[in-house]
Amino acid sequence: MTVALGVEAVARKVAETFPVTTITTDRDALIVPPESLLQVAQYLKDTPGFDFGYLTCLTAVDYTDYFEVVYHLTSLKHNHSLVLKTRCYDREKPTVPSVVSLWQGADLQEREAYDLMGIVFSGHPNLKRLFLWEGFPGYPLRRDYL
Amino acid sequence: MEIEETKLTISDIQESELAEAKAINSIRESCKLIPDPDEWLQGEISRNVLVTTIDAVLDWGRRSSVWPVNMGLACCAFEMIAMANARFDIARFGMELLRPTPRQADLCWVCGTITWRMAPALKRIYEQMAEPKWVLAMGSCAITGGPFRESYNVVPGVNCLLPVDVYVPGCPPRPEALLYGILLLHRKIGRGTIQKELAEKIEEWKQKMSLKAYLKGMWR
Repeated sequence: MTVALGVEAVARKVAETFPVTTITTDRDALIVPPESLLQVAQYLKDTPGFDFGYLTCLTAVDYTDYFEVVYHLTSLKHNHSLVLKTRCYDREKPTVPSVVSLWQGADLQEREAYDLMGIVFSGHPNLKRLFLWEGFPGYPLRRDYL
Repeated sequence: MEIEETKLTISDIQESELAEAKAINSIRESCKLIPDPDEWLQGEISRNVLVTTIDAVLDWGRRSSVWPVNMGLACCAFEMIAMANARFDIARFGMELLRPTPRQADLCWVCGTITWRMAPALKRIYEQMAEPKWVLAMGSCAITGGPFRESYNVVPGVNCLLPVDVYVPGCPPRPEALLYGILLLHRKIGRGTIQKELAEKIEEWKQKMSLKAYLKGMWR
C-alpha cells in the first residue's frame, strides 16, 4: 500500500530549501505558487528520500475564484505519495509552467487540462487541443461554460 | 399487245422436282428417332432443382453472409463482443467474420457514443465500404445521443451522419436484442429487389457525380 507522506513535514523541508517562496498547505496537499512550481517539483523528484519519479495524475479544478492544478506524485522507490497543488487567479489566461521536462507522462494530461479547462502550460512542447478540435469555442469544464 | 406465254417444258419441272423428292426420300429413309441426351437427368432434376427468381437467390446469398465492420466506440462494444462469442454466436447467421477493414464489409455496426472528434473517421469508414452496405445503430447513444445528447462533444444520433437501416435500443442492448436486430436486417435484405436497386443507384450516381469527381473519388 502506498503511504501518503505527512504534508507538514514535507512543507517544512521544502520551505528550508526555498526560503523565498510562500509554501502553504491544506489538509493533505502542498500548495506552491506557479512561479516556483517547477523548482519545487524538480526538488521533490531528485532529492534522495523523496524520489517522486512518477506522476500518477495531473488535473485541474475550477473554484470560480481561481484555478487549481493538482499533481499526484508517487515514488516507486519508497512507495509513498504526495499531492502537490498550484493556484492561478487569472481567469483570462491562467498560466502554469509545464512539467513535461520532469515527467514525460504529463504531456497528454497537460494537453487535456488545456483542452477542457483552458490552462496554458508554458514550456509545453505541443500544447494543442486533445479531445476537441481546433477552433472549439470556450473550455467546457469551466464553471462559466454554457 | 401480245402476252408472251411462258414456256415451261415438262421435262424441266420433272427434273427439279425429282431432285427435291429424292432428297426428301433419302432423309425420310435415314430418319430415326434421336434420343434426348439429357434424358437420364430427368429424375435427378425433378428431385434436386428448384426454380425461383434471381432476386430471391441473390438476396438469400447476401443476407446469409453479411460481414460487419465493428465500430466498437463505447461500452456497447462489449455486448457486441459477447454476441460474437460462443454463447450467443453470430456464426449461426454467417456473420462471424468481423472485418477490421471496411473494404471487405457489408454492415457498419455502430456500437456506442459517437463524439464529434470521431465523426469524420466514421463517415470515412462508411464511404470506404463497398456497395451494397447497411448500417445498424446499437444502443441509445448511437440512436439519439442518449444521455449525452445535450453535450458539447457528442453527435446526437448516428443518423446525422449515415443512413441507418436498423435501430437496436437499449443501454446497452442485450446480445439477444442485437440478434433480433440482425434478424430484422436479414429480413430487410431478403426483401430487396436487386435489379431495381441497382438501376436506382446508377441513376443516383449519374446525377451526383460528374466523371471528374468520380475519378477523383476513385483515387482517394
